[in-house]
Amino acid sequence: MMMKSVINKSIKKIKMKHLYKIISCLLLMPFIAQSQTAIKAETIYTISGAPIKNGVVLIKDGKIESVGTAKEISIPKNYTVVNAKIVTPGFVDARSVVGLSGALNIPTDQDQLEKSSPIQPELRAIDAYNPEEKLVAYVRDYGVTTMHTGHGIGALVSGQTMIVKTKPGKIDAVTLVPMEMLAMTIGSSVQGNFTSPGTKAKQIAMIRTELLKAQGYMQKQNDKDTSKRPATDLKYEALSKLLKGEVKALITVNSTNDIMNAIRLAKEFNFKLVIDGAAEAYKLIDEIKSAHAEIILHATMARNGGDMVNMTRESAAILTAAGIPVSIETGYEAYVPKTHVLLFEAALAVTYGLPYEEGLKAITLNPAKLLGIDKRVGSIEKGKDADLVLFDGDPFEYLSKVCKVMIDGNWVSDNCK
Amino acid sequence: MRKKLFLPIGLLLCIIVHAQDKPMAFKGALIYPINGTPIQNGTLIVQDGKIIAVGDANTKIPADAIITDAKGKVIMPGIVDTHSHLGGPEGGDNSAALNPDTRAFDAINPTSDGFKKALAGGLTTLNIMPGSGHLMSGQTVYVKMREAKVMEDLIIVNEKGVYGGMKMANGTNPMRGTTGFPGTRAKSAAMDRDLFVKAQEYKKKMEKAVKDSSKTFERDLRLEPLVEVLQGKRVVHFHTHKENDILTAIRLSKEFGFRVVLHHVSEGWKVYDEIAKAGVPCSIIVIESPGGKLEAMDYSSANGAALSNAGVLTGFHTDDGITDSRLLIRAAAMAVRAGMNKDKALEALTINGAKMLDLSSRIGSLEKGKDADFIILSGDPFSVYTKVEQTWVEGKKRYDIKNPDDKAFLFGGFKVYSTEREEYMNHDDEIGNQ
Repeated sequence: MMMKSVINKSIKKIKMKHLYKIISCLLLMPFIAQSQTAIKAETIYTISGAPIKNGVVLIKDGKIESVGTAKEISIPKNYTVVNAKIVTPGFVDARSVVGLSGALNIPTDQDQLEKSSPIQPELRAIDAYNPEEKLVAYVRDYGVTTMHTGHGIGALVSGQTMIVKTKPGKIDAVTLVPMEMLAMTIGSSVQGNFTSPGTKAKQIAMIRTELLKAQGYMQKQNDKDTSKRPATDLKYEALSKLLKGEVKALITVNSTNDIMNAIRLAKEFNFKLVIDGAAEAYKLIDEIKSAHAEIILHATMARNGGDMVNMTRESAAILTAAGIPVSIETGYEAYVPKTHVLLFEAALAVTYGLPYEEGLKAITLNPAKLLGIDKRVGSIEKGKDADLVLFDGDPFEYLSKVCKVMIDGNWVSDNCK
Repeated sequence: MRKKLFLPIGLLLCIIVHAQDKPMAFKGALIYPINGTPIQNGTLIVQDGKIIAVGDANTKIPADAIITDAKGKVIMPGIVDTHSHLGGPEGGDNSAALNPDTRAFDAINPTSDGFKKALAGGLTTLNIMPGSGHLMSGQTVYVKMREAKVMEDLIIVNEKGVYGGMKMANGTNPMRGTTGFPGTRAKSAAMDRDLFVKAQEYKKKMEKAVKDSSKTFERDLRLEPLVEVLQGKRVVHFHTHKENDILTAIRLSKEFGFRVVLHHVSEGWKVYDEIAKAGVPCSIIVIESPGGKLEAMDYSSANGAALSNAGVLTGFHTDDGITDSRLLIRAAAMAVRAGMNKDKALEALTINGAKMLDLSSRIGSLEKGKDADFIILSGDPFSVYTKVEQTWVEGKKRYDIKNPDDKAFLFGGFKVYSTEREEYMNHDDEIGNQ
């Protein structure tokens, strides 16, 4: 409340910039000592189980020590007690470019797309991610604690992705998975960024050519005659990881024929496929199921233009009802606004027919599973990272606020935004 | 000249409206009339495109009225979007930075799917702006979301006898650095001032010619609309973000005495006192996150709160396709989340926009004699779970969520927005498609 009144006053007199400095100083203080915390809440959405009414979460050494009803759990004396109306797990953004694509939107802070060549799987996200980017703190204030970010859309293979915690800190300290997937795009946007490919067929031909070369590279690497083994090639090293199944292909495809192109490629080269964007996935339920492809769905409020002209805000509801788990993303925005807010995208999906708790799942446990990090994040369970979001009301309501955010047991946001 | 053009249009509208409809009564809703306190269990009666009564449960309903039970619903005026780009308004091209002669009217596709999107969002009146990327992108057009075949079906002539404003912009937006375009802020203002000085001289000549029929003068399409601006008939809608640019726009309006509405106003929270003192209205945008361009880095969702608390006439806009016409009510809710008073946010969605377009005698509140532009909501306007169920324009139901064809425009879907791809491409320079 005190913080709130400071903010209100500042709108009248103080310049906001200075205020941010003050707030960040205040926020940094708790990082020095990791406290044991007990959170009491009217409702705890654990996600892994049924919601707990009148519940308690105990946090010790950055992990969830226990969770249950107030009757089941007695709060040890030395724990700091915090009250909340609603508690959810920290949100997991299934696909973002925050940290590579900066808010300034000038060439020096746009690192999500290298246009020198349409296929560059060797580009690592960890070499580009900026944990101090303004938008990292911005999305954290709205509950995003884990983010799958990295190279953007617009190239056949734009580079690698990574998983970070949004907590303040140097890159190594905040990185959860340094190489998560290969970011790929098939669609009209690629043709706008390169002189070739200039057609859809050429896009597929170019990807197939490189994947065939990668197959050859892998074979030669196993040659008994070591002199015949190829010199290390960063591009084919990265593509080999895809072909060996060590990483998944994150292919941004929206139109029906581009989604089918991605499925066909995955089948031909036997790689793990995540369909990203997926605007027309609702037309291809059977095909997606039989291909065992996973779905990262575009922001509910994405613009219905270009390849996404046929998107529907019912997609999350339709796919979920068909038994395809959905993870919602904020994705990529080229202009204003520079990023979506994950919580708001899930909220809208719920108003357009996605069941309430599925809406929460789509930004917590579903993406955690898809990203292979569900042992650590995505639900409120004993032993998992203490990444939590505290609300003063229904998380999805316009007028509810995200009051506190915790990452690894530390309060990282206290803004009631 | 312009007035003569309007005569047949006015007649046409009269003919459409005067086909003596039966009165329609909507009973039982919570009514936000905007000009007064909310009415529980209220009654709204409309006939022949106009509101004939608004009141409580005791309001007398004509015997022949068609009665709709609206219990549990919320009724409020149709939403006014003070800045939209729906329909492909284009405007000036790359040849010049100042394009007072180009009219959005000449470019818009009156059958655009975008207007269905607006109806699904409860929007009934739009100010469609040409541009952007010019100091002056051209003449804007005020439209009602009526059923339309041609542009004449859409336009609405305001209290000043015009059906649009003049779009201007400053800051980095017009600074293209190419021939004919400014490279600095000072040059931008100098080019604006130069044109307005010419318009002042032209206005004098025109007034002389009106008084003395022996005096002839050559018509100048570039200066004619600026005379309307100088006369206070045509409002300048001024795209501006940063503190210094906001103050420059105000300074220009004072120097030449034109009426201005500031648009976007990302840094309004820094200079609301100055804006309030100048008595200049603000049409603000609510976006998901700051940045995306340098001028929006200091954007704050508390702009609505800061400006309206300072007494500035504040409205909202979509700038569609920057934000979505289906979500303008949500934008107001987000402003409330950031501290804006609820009543003021409702006014900002309706009557304040109407005032900015000189249309408040016809639209913006539910009052006897005003146009029957209203929306029926499933619940609280500021709840995420609330939907616009019906949108009425001049007594005609233009959107009904129960109609699957209409509902599709809320959700989207395969080939629902058939003209959207084309219009999106027109905005490619701004929205991008990396």
